Amino acid sequence: MAFLLAETNFALTGLIVLPLMVGMCLVLLPWYRSVKAAKFFGLGFSLLIFLYGLLLILPIRTIGSIIESRSWFTLANISVNYVLVLDGLNLWLIQLTTLLFPLALLASWRNIKEKEPIFFGLFLILESSILGALLAQDLLLFYIFWEVMLIPMFFLIGIWGGSERKYAASKFILYTLAGSLVWLLSLIFLANLAGSFNPTLLSLAAKNQSIHIQQMLFLSFVLAFAIKVPLFPFHTWLPDAHVQAPTAGSAILAGILLKLGGYGLLRFAIPMFPEIALSMSRALSILSVIAILYGAWVAFVQEDMKKLVAYSSVSHMGFVILGIFSFTLIGLQGSMLQMLNHGVSTSALFFLVGMIYDRAHTRNIADFSGIALRLPILTTLFFIVVLSSIGLPLTNGFIGEFLILNGTFTSTLQWGPILAMVASLGVVLSAAYLLWMFKRIFWGSYDNPAAKGNIYLAKDLTWREGLVLLPLIILIFWMGIHPQTFMIDSELIMKSIVTQIIPSIPISSGVNP
Amino acid sequence: MNSAILIPLIPLLGFLLNGLIGHRLPRFIVNLIACSTIATSFLLSCIWFIRVLESPENRIDLFFGQWFQVGNLNIPLGFVLDALSSVMLLVITGIGLLIHIYSVGYMHHEKGTSRYFAYLNLFVFFMTLLVLSSSLPLLFVGWEGVGLCSYLLIGYYYQTDEAPRAGLKAFLYNRVGDVGVLIGMMTLFAVFKTLTLSDLLKQIPQLGVETHFGLITLATLMLFIGCTGKSAQIPLYLWLPDAMAGPTPVSALIHAATMVTSGVYLICRLAPLFSLTPITLNLIAWIGVATALFAATMALFQRDIKKVLAYSTVSQLGFMFLGLGVSGFSAGFFHVFTHAWFKALLFLGAGSVILALHHEQDLFEMGGLRKKLPITFFTMLIGALCLMGFPGTSGFASKDEILYLAYLHSPALWSFGVLAALCTAFYITRLMVLVFAGKPRHLERFSHAHESPQWMTVPLILLSLGSLLSVVIGWPESFGGHNTIATWLASAFTFGQNVQPEAHSSDHTLALQLAFLSTTLSLISAGVAWRLYSGGLIWEKRFEQKYSRTYQMIREKYFVDQGVKALIVTPFFVMGKVFWKLGDVIVIDGIGVNLPGAITRLIGDLGSHLQTGRLRNYTLFSMLGLLGLLILLFAGRA
Repeated sequence: MAFLLAETNFALTGLIVLPLMVGMCLVLLPWYRSVKAAKFFGLGFSLLIFLYGLLLILPIRTIGSIIESRSWFTLANISVNYVLVLDGLNLWLIQLTTLLFPLALLASWRNIKEKEPIFFGLFLILESSILGALLAQDLLLFYIFWEVMLIPMFFLIGIWGGSERKYAASKFILYTLAGSLVWLLSLIFLANLAGSFNPTLLSLAAKNQSIHIQQMLFLSFVLAFAIKVPLFPFHTWLPDAHVQAPTAGSAILAGILLKLGGYGLLRFAIPMFPEIALSMSRALSILSVIAILYGAWVAFVQEDMKKLVAYSSVSHMGFVILGIFSFTLIGLQGSMLQMLNHGVSTSALFFLVGMIYDRAHTRNIADFSGIALRLPILTTLFFIVVLSSIGLPLTNGFIGEFLILNGTFTSTLQWGPILAMVASLGVVLSAAYLLWMFKRIFWGSYDNPAAKGNIYLAKDLTWREGLVLLPLIILIFWMGIHPQTFMIDSELIMKSIVTQIIPSIPISSGVNP
Repeated sequence: MNSAILIPLIPLLGFLLNGLIGHRLPRFIVNLIACSTIATSFLLSCIWFIRVLESPENRIDLFFGQWFQVGNLNIPLGFVLDALSSVMLLVITGIGLLIHIYSVGYMHHEKGTSRYFAYLNLFVFFMTLLVLSSSLPLLFVGWEGVGLCSYLLIGYYYQTDEAPRAGLKAFLYNRVGDVGVLIGMMTLFAVFKTLTLSDLLKQIPQLGVETHFGLITLATLMLFIGCTGKSAQIPLYLWLPDAMAGPTPVSALIHAATMVTSGVYLICRLAPLFSLTPITLNLIAWIGVATALFAATMALFQRDIKKVLAYSTVSQLGFMFLGLGVSGFSAGFFHVFTHAWFKALLFLGAGSVILALHHEQDLFEMGGLRKKLPITFFTMLIGALCLMGFPGTSGFASKDEILYLAYLHSPALWSFGVLAALCTAFYITRLMVLVFAGKPRHLERFSHAHESPQWMTVPLILLSLGSLLSVVIGWPESFGGHNTIATWLASAFTFGQNVQPEAHSSDHTLALQLAFLSTTLSLISAGVAWRLYSGGLIWEKRFEQKYSRTYQMIREKYFVDQGVKALIVTPFFVMGKVFWKLGDVIVIDGIGVNLPGAITRLIGDLGSHLQTGRLRNYTLFSMLGLLGLLILLFAGRA
């Protein structure tokens, strides 16, 4: 059945259209009489989409990739094509997306109390646009999905967000738009030369330009993606957006949206400008190391749990960029895995923080003390997720960081070993801020009078909440114990990226005994 | 599949059982699960120990499959069973079993001990994994895992203030060390292109000794930083004394007998590599002896019985590193072996005393317990004699061999080592006298005191037998012995390669003279301590008055903790605030983001003033516009 699906010419389109249709139904139809039915409708279909996505793993394992290509329209001699590709690079990011959406909906089952059908609908539209961006191979198509993603997220933050939601929503949308507009300009510039939005043709067109222009073009790509990641110093939209967004929004934002930055670099920016990418790799690696340390350092002093997790994302995503610009197979594969890792553990952290918030209506760390006494299951799960986030071996976080650091250390970058050594301090810092937070919230005396939130925490995890977390906990261990499942598919593509970059390097091994 | 993989997996099963459903099971089942899993592991370890003995090269390699593989980074799931790992396994599971049994008695009065036993089993899982691993990343799994269990068990009494703080401190200090191990692994991978022990050590004979500071020195130094974290050496020793906030059996198992010696184990495992770098070895020797002396002085005037033993552990670990640093790998490892017995014994004895006095840990509140706790007293006495290196005991054999090798390396090392040994004899005698001799200083606690139940005394007796007998296998050749363990370990240190990492000693007379000298001095020191403390606290009070500053300094551990707080922790926190409030909120967000936003809004506001709604203004604007266009048009033509 899986293969039949793969052979049709609409398997990938279906993956985009299905959530869009369901989302539209939820937003447009009058559901106010049967809110519950609307929720089940949304959740049910999101689960179906997850199964649909799973069906695509086997074909990819056997035939390598699925491509859908149609010509779309021609505009002033530029042909625009509708090209979707599913291959080893986006396979697991798509699985992560389709998994996190049902979990996010399940997590919002009770804590969203107004306009639920629209909330669920916007989520499915968001899923559709994310899947579209992950699948699109034509750059205009990619750009369209890239910008469309912002709209449902804007409403999710702006309508269901916290008290500062308007500021956060407009900051989120303006910030990301500003970055991608420059990128759009260079896309149009290149498309005019190439007569197409096909990345290979665009890349050929770029090669005829002077180095200076190529650099500007590459930087415009990087800017758009770096804001999404977010790379230091383009990260300040993230804490605000996270703190104000509803739990499910934060989980999706951290779990998937940020990954699109790293994915964009791997899919487009680097293969299109290999020489430029190499020449700028040191600067970008240094920025990533700064992000790792700076994000961790600032996370350390946060008083709001969500803000702490948001800053930890800055730090963890810094590892992803560091691994990418090591341009070694080990580093690139590590980045791939780290993106999945971060998606799993950070969304789990946001869900958990949300569960505490649902009970106590505060996220202030100082409002809690010793709650392990009353919530043993929540405590245990929280602790497992914390371990995964600080990269303890046998959980997912370790393999990613280990590969990235190893790749950076052995990379041909001149400062590889030093960057790797400095970056590995992030491992201490992440343990410091997360375990310190854990200690303050879950350990200590339960009867501490300063802990105002404690009295609301009477009930341990419900079944529904357990169901939200269970898949993520399983993944944490699965990815830590048998990471190969999630890495073999991308190996070939990463190898081709490395070989694309390597010929342009004079052959001198960076480190030798 | 073969049964060696069960050595770690059965304790893991115990952890899962007790961790998931233990709180619903009756107490005796929880205890049964915990002890029987370790007992099974112990039996299997014995079987494999014999198999290793019988195998041709005293070495068995096992391969279970691939953990992960990316490019040329290939990490197998495999075990190495040789002299080193199989002895270590016996120590972990054997002493571990005794401590599990002891815990049944010790934790009897506490509620919900399933969590405690689950953590303890998990610890054995990680520790055996650490010891058995055939590759460094897998070893690192155990390495970080034991740190995790240590953290959880230190923080076991999580509702208190002290335990969580101590747990966090332990984890973070260990993490700093772990980063060293990570960097060490990266460097080794860059040099050797592999992280599998056998493939890595195979390449050693082709490399020369690195006399300058090169990559191998970097790698070994970084690994050693990891060891200073896990094995509580200068500069990362500060967590171990605080770790005494955990239950006492935990202190015995993790913070005395096994986990803290994993740093020594790691260096022994990579002995051929370390012997390539005289720079690192020299540093290890000096750090070791400095820690041995420094920690021994801090143990002198501690009031908490467990703190004395904690500093003693730090100091004894220093001796082990001293041994490694002067290339006495088997001497260092033999001290791990003997120390595991007598220090576990001393800690469990202390636990028995503490329990008898209803959780009183203050030495000043004890006294005269010899009659009340006879078994505890006699077994602890054996431990104390071993610790101070009484002639003929195991401590004597292992410590004086190390000191002798240190003397061959540099007499200065030897003299510091002997000074540390003097302090050792002093503080352990002080401890014994204050606990068991003299008159009781707290009558009420004294009157309720009684000997511990058999769950606890039987392990004590077995441990004291172990302490006494462990000397048999390692009586040094320099003292005219046969030293079975050293000859046997030699195969493990060379790892089947044609290298000779071990220092050798042949001058028996010199060895005996040195041992005689240091032992005599130690015994004198012990005698002095006995004399001074036989009158109770009078002497110490007088000393405190006379040299209050020195006394305070030693008592406050030379103010190192306060220094770290003032110089590292607080500035770190303040800098974080600065980055956040200044970097993020003012510079990036204020100037970079909100300022352009504000300017845009300002321009918009100004522009909106043009929208007056009056027709004559609009006519004026369009007239002006028309005029401008015409001027441009004509100017262009002219």
